Amino acid sequence: MAETERDTRTIVPAGPPVIAPGHTIASVTDQIGGMVLTRHTPRVWLAGFAVAFLLVMVLLYAVAYLLARGVGIWGIKIPVGWGFAIVNFVWWIGIGHAGTLISAILLLMHQAWRTSINRFAEAMTLFAVACAGMFPLLHLGRPWYFYWLFPYPSTMGVWPQFRSPLVWDVFAVSTYATVSFIFWFVGLIPDLATLRDQAQHWFPRRLYGILAMGWRGSAIHWRRYEDVYRLLAGLATPLVVSVHSVVSFDFTVAIVPGWHSTIFPPYFVAGAIYSGFAMVLTLAIPLRAVYHLEDFITLRHLDNMAKVLLATGLMVAYGYFMETLMAWYSGNRYERFMMMNRVLGPYAWVFWAVMGCNVLAVQACWSRRVRANVPALFAVALLVNLGMWLERFMIIVGGLHRDFLPSSWGMYYPTIWDWATLIGSIGLFLSLMFLFVRLLPAISIFELRQLVARPEYARSET
Amino acid sequence: MSALYGLMAEFDNPEDLVRAARRAYQQGYRKMDAYSPYPVEGLADAIGFRHTRISLLVLMGGIIGGLSGFCLQYWISVIDYPLNVGGRPYNSWPSFIPVTFELTVLFGALAAVLGMLGLNRLPMPYHPVFNAPRFALATRDRFFLAIEAGDPQFDREQTRRFLESLMPQGVSEVEP
Repeated sequence: MAETERDTRTIVPAGPPVIAPGHTIASVTDQIGGMVLTRHTPRVWLAGFAVAFLLVMVLLYAVAYLLARGVGIWGIKIPVGWGFAIVNFVWWIGIGHAGTLISAILLLMHQAWRTSINRFAEAMTLFAVACAGMFPLLHLGRPWYFYWLFPYPSTMGVWPQFRSPLVWDVFAVSTYATVSFIFWFVGLIPDLATLRDQAQHWFPRRLYGILAMGWRGSAIHWRRYEDVYRLLAGLATPLVVSVHSVVSFDFTVAIVPGWHSTIFPPYFVAGAIYSGFAMVLTLAIPLRAVYHLEDFITLRHLDNMAKVLLATGLMVAYGYFMETLMAWYSGNRYERFMMMNRVLGPYAWVFWAVMGCNVLAVQACWSRRVRANVPALFAVALLVNLGMWLERFMIIVGGLHRDFLPSSWGMYYPTIWDWATLIGSIGLFLSLMFLFVRLLPAISIFELRQLVARPEYARSET
Repeated sequence: MSALYGLMAEFDNPEDLVRAARRAYQQGYRKMDAYSPYPVEGLADAIGFRHTRISLLVLMGGIIGGLSGFCLQYWISVIDYPLNVGGRPYNSWPSFIPVTFELTVLFGALAAVLGMLGLNRLPMPYHPVFNAPRFALATRDRFFLAIEAGDPQFDREQTRRFLESLMPQGVSEVEP
């Protein structure tokens, strides 16, 4: 009867531990808290932040010039009216999705290994959504009128057009940003209280004290807290699916060949999670090396993430296959031409690079040796990041540049300002990540305590 | 005798705390609270707290969000600013689903978090339990049980003796 006695909600992991043995609830508190409450800043952090901040300056310069001169400084011109800005938007928002997947869906599935990566994955979501949200606004042409997108009673007497996916996008992205923020912040409250109580200096004590709002770890508070945390996870799970579906509606509702396709919503969601997991790996691997977090972000985490990467990569590959199949099977000559043009046309190199990065490179994750090889995983993750950016380029520019009428065909050439905004947004994202790691606990301390208190997670082989 | 918020016993593991909380409840104490560095299963039950009412709040938030989302779009598209787009009906409800859904989630999530903060009475700039000498460890690795002076059964000497009988690491008086 041992089966029935076991807590059926708990999935006790087999294989390597999700947290290295020998830790106590005090030692995890001190190690993670100590990353923040110290005067010592690692040299790598300073160097990395300096580079990232330099890129933020590039972004500011590019945006200031854009505001002064208008979107004509970018390479967009008819027929390609959607260029880097929209590619970057879809790329960044997709990256965010893995954070929500890790924090919400894996929580609902009682996956204990999510504990040491959920906090910074959620921060990644937040910063990626911040970068994403910037692009459609800059693309508006007159970004200072962005509030026209919201339904407010204006003296102009007009309202947003609610039959348009672009308006759905405003609601989806702003809801996603808000819910991601509160989910992240609610998770932080008990850890902020820990920092308040551990800080020696008056300034961090005040700062974290204000942010912790007087959290004292009362049993009644914890009880409500856990309810809220689980309910937020339950709300965030359909939300994350809806957000990238709505993003895909921006394309599918149009009639452009290569955009008008019913497979887009699930295919976009899979691609989002794929690129997001690649970004989590890209961030987790240096983080664990610089801050010596190998005890918490173990090889088991990397192994699991590589498996998710592989699974979502296969879904994305299926999406590519279905797109190609439907272009042929539909018998629609514009669809067929779009696919031939994608594979053999002027942007064929993008298509083949996408296949190489997103379909081929990830196959390495079938091998246990690659999944345990940190530099190899890092390389695969970087390739997937690149490949997913190119995929959005392939869909957006590839669809627009040759549509129904050969007389209106054209090419898209990004300018230096397109590149500066893209690279600058990466700088903004990395700067925010660097500040986050320095100023807030990058791993959820109270959830690690919970994990340590249940020793079955720390044992090695079952 | 100085004023007192209550008496606080310190434990070094969650099992002792849950046991102590249960004993205190059996003794008839009601105005008490337990403090732990992570959520301990069964602790809230042990001090007699059962219903969080959070799920009801989220349900209400979601319903209000969904209704207001749909009504907003209906009112704009049908009543205040009817616009014929390609012959589609003014009330093209399938197009209104995404925004309705997003607002359902948004209001539900906000109700959850604001509801929790409200019911927990946070932010709270001052609370007497922080006067307990070793209470800073409640967010690190120690577990505390506080019986408040406002409890009708509370008696400085008897309650202290009772708490000491629970084998704590120590018992301290907490100033208000």
